[in-house]
Amino acid sequence: MAVRHPLSRPAATGPGALYLLLATPAARELLEATMSAHMLLQIPLLTAAGFLACRLLPEYWQGRLLAAAGGALPCVLLALFASSYWMLPRALDAALANPLAEVAKFISLPVLVGLPLALAWRRLSAIGRGFVWTNFISMLAVLGWLYIAAPLRVCNSYLVNQQESAGWLMVKLAVLLFFWWLGALFVGGSPLPPESGAADSGN
Amino acid sequence: MIPGKRSVAATALVVLAGAGMLWWGTDGFSAFTAETARRIEILRSPRALPATVLEDQDGRTFSLQDYHGRLLAVEFIYTRCTTLCRSMGMAFKQIRERVPQQVLGRDFALLSISFDPVRDDPASLKGYGQTYGADGTDWRIARVRNAAELKPLLEAFGIVVIADGMGGFEHNTAIHLIGRDGRLKQISDIDEPQAFADRIATWL
Repeated sequence: MAVRHPLSRPAATGPGALYLLLATPAARELLEATMSAHMLLQIPLLTAAGFLACRLLPEYWQGRLLAAAGGALPCVLLALFASSYWMLPRALDAALANPLAEVAKFISLPVLVGLPLALAWRRLSAIGRGFVWTNFISMLAVLGWLYIAAPLRVCNSYLVNQQESAGWLMVKLAVLLFFWWLGALFVGGSPLPPESGAADSGN
Repeated sequence: MIPGKRSVAATALVVLAGAGMLWWGTDGFSAFTAETARRIEILRSPRALPATVLEDQDGRTFSLQDYHGRLLAVEFIYTRCTTLCRSMGMAFKQIRERVPQQVLGRDFALLSISFDPVRDDPASLKGYGQTYGADGTDWRIARVRNAAELKPLLEAFGIVVIADGMGGFEHNTAIHLIGRDGRLKQISDIDEPQAFADRIATWL
């Protein structure tokens, strides 16, 4: 059962390398220069690093961790709360102005969002996954719309036109994800997000 | 496999901790932006300000501490600004017109501080003041004497200035009220000069 994970060395170092790369001053400067890159590249990539790192753990340990955490529901909720926090404009400003907040971002996104999501994902039913997807998509759309419609600058550290372009990107991404997800629902067995976990859960 | 109790307990813990964290992170779901948070924090604990040396439109030097014992309204500007600072200049003009005139200069004063001290020399400060009818005494236009003192001053007020890539700046705009004790005590929006003038009148 608890055999060593049959991963090649490059694949095993992937998430760590991604994380270290994101933490370099050059990458931070680049990805934090605009609101869009900060919200739609850096934050998702940090989350992905945690998600992928979790997948590198032996199956047995993933199961143990999930059991210790009390199952899929608390994990999903944890990811939901932690990711909501980093959607606050105020949190973005804080990460730029305060090094402690920046450290908190680099720790909490992989550990409190990516990791619990990876643990829970395979145990989630179709409805559970649907909840996660629709919740994420609607959050993205609403937030994007708020950024477009807001009469004032929500982030002191970003120009107001960046706020608008980030808003539009979020709305477009939400629409795209929605149709992708919808397509995955109706085209059964396609290698799309809601189905992919189920397809490879037997490895 | 997993006992239900553990799951329920963990769920409750996550919800409590998560809601608590969001509550804490937004000052009780009231401050979602850094700007609102700054205002709430000042109301809660008025902040001492650095003794920055300022230079006004006539080249006279002074500091915020010289206003001790008076109420002082402060705005941050740069004179080439054509957007927000214009509305701010208008707001200050209206406040100046609407507060009881006999207290102007004696118990209440206005001060516009430029955050672009390199380009805003006394002559440009003077021009800005004339545009809005600042008299240079009750309402002075100033810049920091030593550019190195600008950053601590802006940080104390919570002003973030970023270059807009077209030679100008974007910055958070507000009216800052400094109390008689020299502490920053209130930050308000620039679109309610009447309300601000009324509040000043009640504090005199």
